[in-house]
Amino acid sequence: MPMPYYVSPEQVMQDKAEYAKKGIAKGRSIIVMEYQDGVLLVADNPSASLYKISEVYDNIALSGAGKYSEFENLRKAGIRHADLKGFMYSREDVAARSLANAYSQTIGTVFSQELKPMEVEILVVQVGGNGHANEIYRISFDGSIFDERGYAVIGGKSEAVQVFLKERYKNASPLKEALSLCISALENVTSQKLLLEGLEIAVLARDRAGRKFRRVPAAEARQILG
Amino acid sequence: MPFFSDEYHNSSFFDYLAQHRPDLTPSGRGGYAATPSGAAPDEHRSAAVPPVAHGTTVLAIKYRGGVVIAGDRRATEGFQIADRRIEKVFKIDEHSAMAIAGAAGPCIEMARLFQTELEHYEKLEGVMLSCEGKANKLGQMVKANLPMVFQGLVVLPIYVGYDGKREEGRIFKYDITGGRYEESDYYAIGSGGKDARNAMREHFRKDLSEQDALNIALRALYTAADEDVGTGGPDFVRGIYPTAKMVAAAGIVDVEESRVRSLYAALLEGKEKEG
Repeated sequence: MPMPYYVSPEQVMQDKAEYAKKGIAKGRSIIVMEYQDGVLLVADNPSASLYKISEVYDNIALSGAGKYSEFENLRKAGIRHADLKGFMYSREDVAARSLANAYSQTIGTVFSQELKPMEVEILVVQVGGNGHANEIYRISFDGSIFDERGYAVIGGKSEAVQVFLKERYKNASPLKEALSLCISALENVTSQKLLLEGLEIAVLARDRAGRKFRRVPAAEARQILG
Repeated sequence: MPFFSDEYHNSSFFDYLAQHRPDLTPSGRGGYAATPSGAAPDEHRSAAVPPVAHGTTVLAIKYRGGVVIAGDRRATEGFQIADRRIEKVFKIDEHSAMAIAGAAGPCIEMARLFQTELEHYEKLEGVMLSCEGKANKLGQMVKANLPMVFQGLVVLPIYVGYDGKREEGRIFKYDITGGRYEESDYYAIGSGGKDARNAMREHFRKDLSEQDALNIALRALYTAADEDVGTGGPDFVRGIYPTAKMVAAAGIVDVEESRVRSLYAALLEGKEKEG
């Protein structure tokens, strides 16, 4: 019987991380940014029907970069998790933190136990009401979870976008400014003019009653930008 | 992976509960084939099935551009009043509502489950179910409740929705087996349902205005409360009035309590004059 050859755990993890990173780097970027009245989500997504941004619950939204099929599975699982919790207890008991933890656990377990890691990176966003702050959680391909403030970026050129935003981001700016900043950040890294039709835009608007998630169609985005 | 719940590829929240959390379904046993604790219901029990749902009148009536759905507020326990301000008309989503007759607990639970069901579908699929699709889904949920009916816990809904494709309001009624029947003009269920239907028959015509439809609905509820012990009428002393919602193209709107109150005040004044 041939002896199985030895590969160090460090090497395995490194290979997996590299593989996942490569998969994610192929995709385009997604930005989540707090603005005056809520949270704005902008994805560079030419498809009008294959969404990268999704509603999860009353004040929670989700966006994912990387492999679509894997993100779609995570998205559905998240909505089931939220709806089940809201049905079992109450609508106000559904929180982004618990959802982000569930994602972190799932993605982390797959990363360490399965042969192929998930090539996804996701953002769980919750708009705060009644004086509570917004919450933004970024979950990386290995399950590590980061609590972000102000803005967060995932996807292909996320680091470059982050650098661009770091110098220009302002707290509690109006929707118009936040949206145009997001667009110019995406344009900056792709170094081309982006059409509004090629962007997927959504907001979690604090002042809306009930379900706060709303998609912003290109025509409305044009109006907002003035 | 508990979070992933294996290979589940269905957009129905109700089916998800039935498979993964049967303890949370109305019957407490999940799926459609469930029978009460092990055995099929014996004859004695089936004979005890109450022929109609008790202690309620809820109704729906169409007008030009939408549907009014309304219900009284009384819940009874035998010959006692259990609750004077119970709410029997539920907003389900932006374009539909349901009203229920039967055992209060399972009724309210079914309404909540149906709300979650439609929202769940919309979020997973990215589009809303069609009006007919929603009505059919509710039929399946009523059918799943059949084992409970043999134990005396009837849930009978009346469902109204605005059909964006047909550009009209629609009314659906159900039987205990989940059978779904569309009504073209108006309908009422519950112990005072027959009285309310008779009252509406007198006044209904096609293409009513919103105001007239609301008037007829409230008048029919008044008649039902007059004839039926299980139905509560307007209570000016305690300030309790039947509730109504308008379902139209622009969405669903609650009829304000003050409006219901003044309509009833006018109605009673008219009756006083008649002697």
